[in-house]
Amino acid sequence: MTERDVPERDVPAAPATLMSEPSDTGRFGEFGGRFVPETLVPACEELEAAFREAWADTTFRLELDALLRDYAGRPSIVTECANLGRQLGIRLLLKREDLNHTGSHKINNVLGQALLAKRMGKTRLVAETGAGQHGVATATAAALLGMECKVYMGAVDIERQALNVFRMRLLGSEVEPVHSGSRTLKDAVNEAMRDWVATVGDTHYCLGSVMGPHPYPWMVREFHRVIGDEAFRQCNERLGDVPDLVVACVGGGSNAIGIFSGFVDTRSRLIGVEPAGGAAVERGQPGVVHGMRSYLMQDEYGQVLEAHSISAGLDYPGVGPEHSHLASIHRAEYPNVTDDEVVGAFQQLARTEGIITALESAHALAWIIREAHTFPGATVLMNLSGRGDKDVAQIMELLEL
Amino acid sequence: MTLTIGRMEAELRAKRDAGRKLLVPYITGGLRGWQDAVRAAAASGADAIEIGIPFSDPVMDGPVIQRASQLALADGATPVSVLAEVRDLDVSVPLAVMTYYNTVHHPGPLRFAEQLASAGIAAAIVPDLPLDESGPWCVAADAAGIETIMLAAPTAPDARLPRIVARCRGFVYSVGLLGVTGERDQLASTATSLAARLKMITDVPVLVGVGVSNAQQAREAVRVADGVVQGASVVRRLLEHGADAVGQYVAEVRAAIDE
Repeated sequence: MTERDVPERDVPAAPATLMSEPSDTGRFGEFGGRFVPETLVPACEELEAAFREAWADTTFRLELDALLRDYAGRPSIVTECANLGRQLGIRLLLKREDLNHTGSHKINNVLGQALLAKRMGKTRLVAETGAGQHGVATATAAALLGMECKVYMGAVDIERQALNVFRMRLLGSEVEPVHSGSRTLKDAVNEAMRDWVATVGDTHYCLGSVMGPHPYPWMVREFHRVIGDEAFRQCNERLGDVPDLVVACVGGGSNAIGIFSGFVDTRSRLIGVEPAGGAAVERGQPGVVHGMRSYLMQDEYGQVLEAHSISAGLDYPGVGPEHSHLASIHRAEYPNVTDDEVVGAFQQLARTEGIITALESAHALAWIIREAHTFPGATVLMNLSGRGDKDVAQIMELLEL
Repeated sequence: MTLTIGRMEAELRAKRDAGRKLLVPYITGGLRGWQDAVRAAAASGADAIEIGIPFSDPVMDGPVIQRASQLALADGATPVSVLAEVRDLDVSVPLAVMTYYNTVHHPGPLRFAEQLASAGIAAAIVPDLPLDESGPWCVAADAAGIETIMLAAPTAPDARLPRIVARCRGFVYSVGLLGVTGERDQLASTATSLAARLKMITDVPVLVGVGVSNAQQAREAVRVADGVVQGASVVRRLLEHGADAVGQYVAEVRAAIDE
């Protein structure tokens, strides 16, 4: 990348050159596609056409913008962490997606998809969830827009995220435990897809990340682009420049793709941090599951491996196809951090800045803490994708052991 | 363009044209007793047999076949071990494999197609590979002489079905209902309506699968279709009662559709 002045721009921004529309077959480079049973092909085509039409329609955009502003609380603020920044010898800024309604970035995508589903005449939403953040957001949108909602959640995750399970039920959604496979996020996706295969007439599958069959990776990115657009403007106002590094955690990669979209055409280094037990980019190979071709942790015969992470939201053996593309063209880097580093980062942020982060987002911070000595004096923008209330019980148990 | 008809399609067409209704049971490869179950099915009136190569994430399958896949994988089944065991089957009916696309993608379509051919497999079904993504696999399969059985779904608009049957070899797999594999109380109305739509546009044998759950439902389906594929009802019997029960069940369905 050449260093240059980045022009100011209006929001919504013109499509960035490196993160534009995927190809006709839903490819980002050699990744993506639409590997679904025949039953779902017409539904994916219908969704693609409906999204394309709605996204170009000012009425839809205004309606979504109003919900994001008046319901979700956007724009989210940027907080400078002076204490932790001083300790690390860097300038550290947090994009505060944790302050959105429902406590994470997930609401951006869910409000978009729920509005779109309603516009398409669907009356029911199904969703998968890992940590429960996407499930809570979907249950919230369903309550707001008067839609029926069922959330699939791995039995293991139901146990470690009891608070979010209760929140979804309070919001009027059904939470269905998934007992197959590893009983985590990967299997919740399978079960949500199986539901959709049977109910495709009246049901929209509200997928929670930049993954799945075309048009999901593209559509979900567009719904999260608001993170990057706001952050770009906020950095420009505060720094008069882009940050040297933009860092976010990656499971499927929706919060990362959202913030990357604002900086992909600038000089900023883009870092997506995976859990060591779910390092799809570093330890995976290209594979096909959940409707997409992307980096995937698999054995020598192509069986999908189970991911292992302290964070239910990142416990996923794959990664969104556009991340695989950004990795393969060396525009973004995808290192990983261990559970111990994550717990350390979680505590350090709480003590130095008074912010309790989600364990997912703590992955991004853990990498910054570990690597800060390699970029002294740099300005680092981190996406704080969610708040940590849901993780407090789990951390309490861990620290008492 | 000359169209070479493969062994699966040639045998099924000949039987269909002679007035016989076609029966294709599905059995999960690598599941305890699976080879005996295949032999029992072949001896009890199956016209071809579909062998599942178990995959970790079977999105088109309901609880019974999911469980069978997990058990087989836990017992150490791999594509290589299942295909090695196929060589020892010694049955005379043509064999198809059913597996998910990552099992094909991982070794690569060319190598996988060759592995199937050298194990004596006639055809393949890949339920998460829709027409639009099937190009690389179909090229490799054609070159290796493997017939690709395409699925046609009840949701397909009229314009899509001719494109699917044009790419279909062996037989057309007419998906019986909106949903995944598994036994249902009744045959869905989509089972016969889609089969009828397909029969109007193709001479390739049309078999209904997914949700054809017993002999009675098979008999209903073949009033319109050329035959049926039966999966969960077969695999459940293998899981619960063993290979002999599979043979008895296949004979029961055979008798029902021959009536």
